[in-house]
Amino acid sequence: MSELAPGSELPTLRVTPDRDTTARYASASGDFNPIHLDDEFARSVGLPGRILHGLYTMALLARAQTDALGGPEHLKRLAVQFRGIALPEHEIVISSVVKERSAEGALVSVTAQQQGKAIVRGATAELAL
Amino acid sequence: MAIDTHALGRTFEPHGYAVSREGIRAYARAVGETNELHFDLDAARGAGHPDLVAPPMFAVVYCSTAIEQALFDPAVGIDFAMLVHGAQEFEWGPLVFAGDEITTQISVAEIYERIGMAFYVFESHSTGQHGTEVCRGTWTQIVRPRP
Repeated sequence: MSELAPGSELPTLRVTPDRDTTARYASASGDFNPIHLDDEFARSVGLPGRILHGLYTMALLARAQTDALGGPEHLKRLAVQFRGIALPEHEIVISSVVKERSAEGALVSVTAQQQGKAIVRGATAELAL
Repeated sequence: MAIDTHALGRTFEPHGYAVSREGIRAYARAVGETNELHFDLDAARGAGHPDLVAPPMFAVVYCSTAIEQALFDPAVGIDFAMLVHGAQEFEWGPLVFAGDEITTQISVAEIYERIGMAFYVFESHSTGQHGTEVCRGTWTQIVRPRP
């Protein structure tokens, strides 16, 4: 990872959240919104079923960066717009491409897809080397 | 969809959060972290850290009480059932460790309507026990109209 030349890709992160992921995430994060925990409730507000927490998806984007760089100290900024709906039990693919490189760090463009659709938009990470 | 913007500029009371080893481990497990700095005290100390290291996105946890207070405030007036998280940004300072005491303060930065939905933008400032800013967050929440 020492080069991080513009255009180079960080390792792709592939994660398939299991059916208990939203319950574990709710418990660890304190976000118990029933749209993430209760299929029936989620449908009653127009969703296809319970959905992943957006901040869980964002944590996967963060992990793709920190795993690639070798530790949590390397991630200095992460911005994400959530798009569409992410569901448990379907694979999420996180891809990261270096956009700019300076002496101290890199600016990385990150995408997250599920079933071929983007679940984030305009995501960028600033990494310190 | 008429929206009430009078909460704009409001700043909420700061909330403290004591970072624990178990809190870091539970969060790290929930998001699939495998780096031993989040789980193994000897590994963390061996790498020169004072205690277990919080993953950057653990900011969600130490901000949670403060941000919930803002989201649920009747004066802000969010329809919680119709709330979706629109966007999020975090900017991190020094690492956070188990044993740290983090204080987070939330303010309402923007409230506006776009394409029939209400947008609420909150800012969070989190500081460690020595007064250093460890994280700044921008939380964009969208309230959809009822079906």
